[in-house]
Amino acid sequence: MGASQTRTVHKYQDLADKTGFSLEQIKNLYQRFQHLSGNEETISRDNLESIPALANNPIRKQIIAAFFDKRNQHQDEVGSCNEIGFEQFLMVMSHFRPPNAKTTEEEKEAMRKEKLRFLFNMHDTNNDGTITLVEYRKVVEELLSNSGDIGQEAAKAIADAAMLEVASTNVPHMGPEDFYAGITFEHFEQILEGLEMESRMHIRFLDVNTATMRCGKSQS
Amino acid sequence: MPSRTGSHRPAGIGKSLSERGLLLLIVLVLLEGSVLPLGAASSPDISHKEDLDKHKVPEENYTKKAFPVLDLDYHHVHTPFEVSLWVLLASLMKLGFHLIPRLSGIVPESCLLITVGLLVGGLIKLAGEKVPPVLDSKLFFLCLLPPIILDAGYFLPIRPFMENLGTILMFAVVGTLWNAFFVGGLLYAVCQIQPANPSILHNIELLPCLLFGSIVSAVDPVAVLAVFEEIHINELLHILVFGESLLNDAVTVVLYHLFEEYSGAGTVSVLDCVLGVISFLVVSIGGVLVGAFYGILTAFTSRFTSHTRVIEPLFVFVYSYMAYLSAEMFHLSGIMALIACGAVMRPYVEANISHKSHTTIKYFLKMWSSVSETLIFIFLGVATVDGPHAWDWTFVTVTVILCLVSRVIGVIGLTYVINKFRIVKLTTKDQFIVAYGGLRGAIAFSLGFLLDENLFPMRKMFLTAIITVIFFTVFVQGMTIKPLVELLAVKKKQEAKRTINEEIHTQFLDHLLTGIEDICGHYGHHHWKDKLNRFNKKYVKKCLIAGERSREPQLIAFYHKMEFKQAIELVESGGGIKLPSAVPSTVSMQNIQPKKPPTAKPAERVLPQLPKGREEEIRKILRSNLQRTRMRLRSYNRHTLVADPFEDGFGDLLMKKQKMIELEKKIHDMNNYLTVPAAPPDSPTMCRARLASDPQAYSMKPTSDSVPTIHVDLASPQSPDSVNVMDEFKRASKKRDEEDQGLMMRPSTGLRHAGEADGGKEQQKLTRCLSDPGPSADEEEDEPFLP
Repeated sequence: MGASQTRTVHKYQDLADKTGFSLEQIKNLYQRFQHLSGNEETISRDNLESIPALANNPIRKQIIAAFFDKRNQHQDEVGSCNEIGFEQFLMVMSHFRPPNAKTTEEEKEAMRKEKLRFLFNMHDTNNDGTITLVEYRKVVEELLSNSGDIGQEAAKAIADAAMLEVASTNVPHMGPEDFYAGITFEHFEQILEGLEMESRMHIRFLDVNTATMRCGKSQS
Repeated sequence: MPSRTGSHRPAGIGKSLSERGLLLLIVLVLLEGSVLPLGAASSPDISHKEDLDKHKVPEENYTKKAFPVLDLDYHHVHTPFEVSLWVLLASLMKLGFHLIPRLSGIVPESCLLITVGLLVGGLIKLAGEKVPPVLDSKLFFLCLLPPIILDAGYFLPIRPFMENLGTILMFAVVGTLWNAFFVGGLLYAVCQIQPANPSILHNIELLPCLLFGSIVSAVDPVAVLAVFEEIHINELLHILVFGESLLNDAVTVVLYHLFEEYSGAGTVSVLDCVLGVISFLVVSIGGVLVGAFYGILTAFTSRFTSHTRVIEPLFVFVYSYMAYLSAEMFHLSGIMALIACGAVMRPYVEANISHKSHTTIKYFLKMWSSVSETLIFIFLGVATVDGPHAWDWTFVTVTVILCLVSRVIGVIGLTYVINKFRIVKLTTKDQFIVAYGGLRGAIAFSLGFLLDENLFPMRKMFLTAIITVIFFTVFVQGMTIKPLVELLAVKKKQEAKRTINEEIHTQFLDHLLTGIEDICGHYGHHHWKDKLNRFNKKYVKKCLIAGERSREPQLIAFYHKMEFKQAIELVESGGGIKLPSAVPSTVSMQNIQPKKPPTAKPAERVLPQLPKGREEEIRKILRSNLQRTRMRLRSYNRHTLVADPFEDGFGDLLMKKQKMIELEKKIHDMNNYLTVPAAPPDSPTMCRARLASDPQAYSMKPTSDSVPTIHVDLASPQSPDSVNVMDEFKRASKKRDEEDQGLMMRPSTGLRHAGEADGGKEQQKLTRCLSDPGPSADEEEDEPFLP
């Protein structure tokens, strides 16, 4: 009993070092993982799709796909898997950690790049290193998918205008025959500079377990 | 001799313009100063004379007076006349400061205005007349303050405000309480020392001191606005200090009434304190609710104003003012009511009203708030000269020092606590600016003025101290904050406009973070924000926004706004061939279109470059047509600004739009020539934006990238020939299979272009916005509602 306890702590410590979460946060997330997977070792896409709150989200397909995207595991693999374990779940979640008081400037910069990379991977579905016009159109269409027909017509126009903007800011002088193939990661970073990703793209991970505090219903 | 004067003259003329301006100003000031007392003095004379005349007539009714060809009756108009003179003085002063080149850079406007007020007050006193009680509390609170607050509330940047709401509330509530008690308490302590020399200070009791503390410790929104406007610091600091100055009104109201009530009794029990806390909640939440109620009422009313565009701005102003008055009626916080009203009504009202009404509202608000602010500062100066003063060195200096000290301690202490909860921490520099920016202003003075002399025998001393604190903060802190900001290298406001990419990704992030929160299973603030947005979209927008715009998603609204602005910029730049943009670039839609493989369809071809000569010809013709159109203004009566058929014939437009969509679906394969960014055909925004004085000067945009034909019907004088466009559209689609995608000029039905990318795009944009001078470039109210 003592051995297994230390082993759990040791395992979590590993994860804590790798992902940057605290032990408390990892415990909470593990409980959530168990709940989602139905107490199994891995979760599949169906498990995530069955979360009722996600039903209204226009980009839920992309979000779910991001969990199963091997590029977000930082192990230089590509492709996607069908099931993920707790460690992979944590790795994806670690992209949404906020910077804390002790984060240095370089760490903040690295964090920002990591978050932007996550976003870039979400858009660049065929992993060719650029977001092409077709891919960008798809992004905008998904964003406007809850808005019916009006959304669909405007989506093309908006995506085109956005692409044009990226091209004009990054490659100002193109001849009429040149072709701007797609948004590279550097251009992506550049256009989203104003948004300060490291302080925006985060959620609060709880240190206290709210599931036990809620009497009765523990599902979302 | 002639040669000498001749040689002097060129140098003289160079300097004379600014000198003349100065001279004119001084003369005007003297004139104002002298007319006002004259006005007061002459009226009794005239009325006396009238009495005499009245007496004369019954006795000697056969003596005919000479018919008065020219008569002076100042008494008849004296009140509005004087009001107008003051307003004119204020505006001319504002003008004058900007004519003097270096002054406005060194000294903030507020200081200059107070100085002018001092001068005018001094002049009036020298003339021996009684200074009019200009900073009468009623006048101040009911007439001068509301425009400033409404302007602030209507254009409040919602997103940063909401994000920092916790911090702002902490500063406003806890900070003000701390300041009030610290200043009041220590003042009382200081007054009680020196037992050896019994002075008048010993008579001051604790409660009046606390009352004084609460009056003098509130940060003033007018002063903050006036000073911060000129230093352009970053958005976070601006919203922190400004938000604090707005929200501390509730605290000030409660404290003021509490201490005023109980100053007579002399003691405050625990029950009173509890009641005070409850009262605070009632005052603040009540104020916000009253404001929100009136805001929703305005939004609902604006839904039906499509036929009476002219009075749309009136609804905004009157409802807001009613909100303020209603809140004041119940002793709730009028300022918070106004802010809530403006912030709540804005997204819905802007979706409903015409573009011109929007511009009107913006400019009227800015005008009124600007004049109000100027008047307030001038009156402060005048009231200083006039006001009964009782100077006491100890009291005044201790007050000033205590105010500063308490502010600094308060900010540091609160920031220490707040930083534990914030992601983006407040640095020392930020804290310094927040502390230094806590300016006091006219609200404190008016509150002091309201004190009853009988209950507060120390009223004069209080007023003197308040004025000193105000002068100190406005002059010393106001003048030095700009160089300090430069010295400390505080982050300045970023002038960059919001790009469409940022907007897309902000929305994307919102949904992403909500989704991640849902996966994590806890209801964080993204979850609630998302819920609120969905509630807003589903129910509220349907009630409050007219027509189809209620279903327009935010991203599309933003995109249309951007398009519209670009179009106006284009028109203002004189219809040049290139879209004026921040980054001069040669990138056009062609560069980003994926090239289809050549074996795809027979209809697709690379768009040929127009030969130079042809382009010039086209441009010339278009320009001349445009000019002709501009000159042909239709007559209008007073009640319809522009007989804009597109605002009336909206239903027709919708039908046509539907037809366009169907047609587009049929021509599906022709999707290679994105010569124009394919915006949806004449969305409601664009219809409302159609400001052409000549209704024919419009173009029906092609539905999507398939049809590059743009019907520019400038010259034909008939009624909107949208039907013709439809037919031509159909004709065009049939013809396309045979024809080259080149330029087609058909003089009989106007000009039609299947033009090249920029050319096509600009033509249609040109024709749409002909007569609107356009809003100014600093559209900060771009922020979408609840982004």
